[in-house]
Amino acid sequence: MTPLLDIRDWRLAFDGFEGRAQVLDGINLTVMPGETIGIVGETGCGKSVLARSVARLVDMPPGRILGGSIHFDGQDVMAMNGAALARLRGHGIAMIFQDPMTYLNPVFSIGAQMVDVIRAHDRASGQRPRNSAAARKKAADLLGSMRLPEPAGMLDRYPHELSGGMRQRVLIAMALIGTPRLLIADEPTTALDVTIQAQVLRLIAELVAMHALTLMLISHDLGVIGALCRRVVVMYAGTIVEDGEATTVFANPRHPYTRGLLAAVPDLEKPQHRAQPIPGQIPNLLSPPSGCRFHPRCALAVEQCTRDKPVMRDVAGRSVACHLAEHA
Amino acid sequence: MTALLQVTGLTKQFPLKGGRVARAVDGVDLTLDAGEALGLVGESGCGKSTVARLVLRLIPPSGGSIRFAGQEISALGDTALRPLRRGMQIIFQNPHAALNPRRTVFQSVAEPLVVQRVASGAALRSRVGALLTEVGLPETFLWRYPHELSGGQKQRVCIARALALAPKLVVLDEPTSALDVSVQAQILEFLRELRMRQQLAYLFISHNLAVVRQVCDRVGVMYLSRIVEEGPVEAIFAAPRHPYTRALLAAILPPRPGVLPAETLAGDVPNAAAIPAGCRFAPRCPRRMPICTIDDPGLKRVAGGSPHSVACWGSFSD
Ligand SMILES: Nc1ncnc2c1ncn2[C@@H]1O[C@H](COP(=O)(O)OP(=O)(O)O)[C@@H](O)[C@H]1O
Ligand SMILES: Nc1ncnc2c1ncn2[C@@H]1O[C@H](COP(=O)(O)OP(=O)(O)O)[C@@H](O)[C@H]1O
Ligand code: SF4
Ligand code: SF4
Ligand SMILES: [Mg+2]
Ligand SMILES: [Mg+2]
Repeated sequence: MTPLLDIRDWRLAFDGFEGRAQVLDGINLTVMPGETIGIVGETGCGKSVLARSVARLVDMPPGRILGGSIHFDGQDVMAMNGAALARLRGHGIAMIFQDPMTYLNPVFSIGAQMVDVIRAHDRASGQRPRNSAAARKKAADLLGSMRLPEPAGMLDRYPHELSGGMRQRVLIAMALIGTPRLLIADEPTTALDVTIQAQVLRLIAELVAMHALTLMLISHDLGVIGALCRRVVVMYAGTIVEDGEATTVFANPRHPYTRGLLAAVPDLEKPQHRAQPIPGQIPNLLSPPSGCRFHPRCALAVEQCTRDKPVMRDVAGRSVACHLAEHA
Repeated sequence: MTALLQVTGLTKQFPLKGGRVARAVDGVDLTLDAGEALGLVGESGCGKSTVARLVLRLIPPSGGSIRFAGQEISALGDTALRPLRRGMQIIFQNPHAALNPRRTVFQSVAEPLVVQRVASGAALRSRVGALLTEVGLPETFLWRYPHELSGGQKQRVCIARALALAPKLVVLDEPTSALDVSVQAQILEFLRELRMRQQLAYLFISHNLAVVRQVCDRVGVMYLSRIVEEGPVEAIFAAPRHPYTRALLAAILPPRPGVLPAETLAGDVPNAAAIPAGCRFAPRCPRRMPICTIDDPGLKRVAGGSPHSVACWGSFSD
């Protein structure tokens, strides 16, 4: 089976006044159709840049590709011409983000914006765009399947009249217009209350099942990843440090950073358990630490860690990049 | 002992267009002793920040009483409030917006000391240095600008500034909601230790009960402008009574795979301009009974000795 997404040794940097920040440093990631994968790491680890790379949405410059390749459904994303790229973004990949307001136009009603997108998709797929009454009907149906109350009335409302959770549902509805194969959800619930987060995650889970979507969910919170994803990929400072089945990685994390991220999530079932901090913070990528990029924050670091960059290898049923993965 | 903060029957109405009124706070009672930490938890829009602004007297209440350190402050004007303001400080959710980007850390933290003429010159310099040490930042950070700091470091700078005038009460309004979980854990641990060192009282606001548990002694659960359950943190976690409290707890995602809550609380927080009659949670309640839409249950002590109160017809005894 062809992987839906195949990222090989992807290296990307940003050039700025202060120099070159190597933000993605040799990412290898293969995603099969139907997988639900969670990408987790602290803010600044490169999760969003990786997601945007997949849809070729990183601005160049300041971005600069230093090497590697990305294939979507067997096609080289970097080699795509304008029409292929439009198809990729319209029908291959859909993205939703943390702040839906950035992607909604405040001066047009929800209905007007959805009708535009629906008709644009008709055109992109070589059909005559449906008339606006038919497009409105389709928009209302979509909003209804997002469990939004009174979908027809919702069409005439403006983005600022909706709550954060409602706006995120509208964006999810718009993302599904092109019947994408890969849904990339970049921190979709980070700005929401826990109750609304649970609603939106449940909705995403249902849509993924109903439309046989492949899901790439991005979060800084392993609790969120665990709720939806069967595979978890841990990123630290532009590298992947652990990658495996969620059940395996959560039960027995082998990278010290993964253990830190897990301990940082409050767990109500453990009496008196307090969320444990990870000391320190992510490094400045203008001058990343030598050897293992995590070594300045790692309680286990030995001399080798400051010198040799650990490579991903198979340990205890998952891949991990740590010199001490067997012992940890 | 008199409480540090005693709030009774607090209300706040905001007039809206078309003659309607948002009842943002609709009869709230709170007590906070010196050195105690009370959590206030509920979804966005339930009135938490309005309670905070009222308690700090940044806005006047529509009704009710606020006593701070024994003094009734609900009707005081700005001049009378000024000397009291040193005793109460606030930390906001977004540390990025709370710091002036053109000021160094030193200038930001020194500001309240300069404005209140508490210190100057070398004394000011050493006081600000000590405040940074208190919040776990090296003194080399004094000359940095906000853009050179991470989110967690900025929040520590905000806390240092709030501590400058040695307050008795610190209101923390969603202090970790804009931060990564790893940084949230750092700040929560720090806040917990700080309180043990300094006899500070916290009014700690969050939409996440798990976060409150780490820092607070007691918690009040707020729904649509009123407290619907209140008690010691561990009692609320061990035996939550109100269906809303249970729903808040069920929405917390543990660090385990495959545990998406099957039943999520439906709908958004309803409108403070249209509070339903009877129990205000009834439209979203899975356990609603006929009486619920007729009579308001009111906050009552649950049977048994613990100082645990709930406003739910189905939960007063069991
Ligand atoms: N357009 C850009 N120009 C320069 N640097 C950028 C740009 N976008 C992202 N970066 C940098 O790339 C790094 C990774 O960012 P990002 O992928 O957004 O992290 P995450 O999503 O994990 O929080 C950060 O150091 C960020 O500052
Ligand atoms: N200045 C204001 N004018 C009108 N309505 C307001 C104002 N401030 C708050 N509200 C309303 O009061 C209610 C409570 O808001 P708030 O205290 O900010 O809630 P929370 O902090 O729990 O999210 C909301 O319905 C909000 O829209
Ligand atoms: S390689 Fe060394 S520094 Fe890196 S995570 Fe493993 S033990 Fe820690
Ligand atoms: S009083 Fe009735 S509607 Fe209100 S929370 Fe209790 S059971 Fe539910
Ligand atoms: Mg991001
Ligand atoms: Mg608020």
